[in-house]
Amino acid sequence: MKLRHIVVFLFLSLCLSTIVCGQQITVAAAADLNAALTELTGKYSATSGVAVKLSFGASGNLFNQIQNGAPFDLFFSADEDYPKQLIEKGLGEKDSLYRYAVGRIVLWVPADSKLDLEGKGLQALLDPAVKKIAIANPQHAPYGRAAEAALRHAGVYDQIHERLVLGENVSQAAQFVESGNAQAGIVALSHAMAPAMKGKGKTWEVPLDFYPPLNQAAIVISRSQQKGKAAQFLEYLRKPEATEVLRKYGFTAPVAEPR
Amino acid sequence: MNWAAFWLTVRLAAVVSGVLIILGIPLAAWITFSRARWKFLVEAVVALPIVLPPTVLGFYVLTMLGSRSPMGRWWESLTGHTLAFTFEGLVIGSVLYSLPFAVQPFAASFGAVDPRLIQASQGLGVGRLGTFWRVVLPLSKAGLVTGAMLSFAHTLGEFGVVLMVGGNIPGVTRTISVDIYDQVQAGNYAAANKTAFILLLISFLILSLVYGLNRKAWSVWSWR
Repeated sequence: MKLRHIVVFLFLSLCLSTIVCGQQITVAAAADLNAALTELTGKYSATSGVAVKLSFGASGNLFNQIQNGAPFDLFFSADEDYPKQLIEKGLGEKDSLYRYAVGRIVLWVPADSKLDLEGKGLQALLDPAVKKIAIANPQHAPYGRAAEAALRHAGVYDQIHERLVLGENVSQAAQFVESGNAQAGIVALSHAMAPAMKGKGKTWEVPLDFYPPLNQAAIVISRSQQKGKAAQFLEYLRKPEATEVLRKYGFTAPVAEPR
Repeated sequence: MNWAAFWLTVRLAAVVSGVLIILGIPLAAWITFSRARWKFLVEAVVALPIVLPPTVLGFYVLTMLGSRSPMGRWWESLTGHTLAFTFEGLVIGSVLYSLPFAVQPFAASFGAVDPRLIQASQGLGVGRLGTFWRVVLPLSKAGLVTGAMLSFAHTLGEFGVVLMVGGNIPGVTRTISVDIYDQVQAGNYAAANKTAFILLLISFLILSLVYGLNRKAWSVWSWR
């Protein structure tokens, strides 16, 4: 390739990338949304022509990154607290706050496990065959806090807390059990229902009164250059076709709008 | 400052550099003195951890040594638990991860020993093992100390493998680097700052010692 060709090529690719970038939003999302949001954004991009780039992590980590100037347009948290803190700090658009789903946690064990989940629920974890129990890190993952609350509610936390292993986010907790390194885990229902894990394990849905509700909210980031497009994507999530997808992955519909 | 995490990390680094001295010396000696044609392959394998991301190592430790694999099941039947989430698991991961940081300085110092001294020793009837023990090793002290210290320092700074296979258990697998990460993610910048600074100081101290030790002009070290 001659130098002139390279220059032309670089120029063209630069043009192309600016065109594409103009039609793109970047979304930070809680790890439990991995499967659901990937499917949703695929559908959304096909109809709207706006590409959605997804970054998954523990909500606390993402919250921290946004505080430190991470270039996200939209933030899907696994709770309501982090988005509200962003509003307080002037980093989130108050009017855009939207409770998009309520998350649920499940006790998940591999399919060949002999634990009696139906009969014993979380008490099944007291079985000595369970050497390691994976949960998300309660320090920065809402699903970890929910798991810890449920274990305390069931009255088993003190007996089993030395066997807990902490995933960096709820996806890693799921992966610890799926890879066979932990014998049980408390993960997001959305993980248990995701194609990657479906059929590989047995689940027991932790009753809703075992832990504070996992109301999950999204918010447009104030620093974003694409607030309009970000808001449009949030608008799309209210449509029945979108809530249908969320329900498929185990998210229940939000009860009421947050203030 | 999380002292439990600090001492755990120091213990891990000490065990790892101990294991690497025991494994690394014969390996480095073979690399230096062997005339095998395929030696370069072993050298490449030893150097792999320098270029491979820790996630690759972490992934293999999780999957190949997990209870879904034959090797993992064998280990489990032997010890009663899988390697992930245990101190031994971190030791194995870190030994692999720090291997080149010990073996390469070892091999370099063995290779720098004057071959005439080796020939003289053998000419006087001392066997190969005896020559290695009494001539090569004493003359390679600086390289041995460098390798041990570098692998110690490198293990202190290990993060990716620990994050992937550690499971963040206080006193068992929550090392200082993971503790700093947790503090930052939880927004406790003051605590993270303190710990990070201490780690920075220690790392600087160790590396200064390594470079000071290898300074040619410095003759304080009588054994060099």
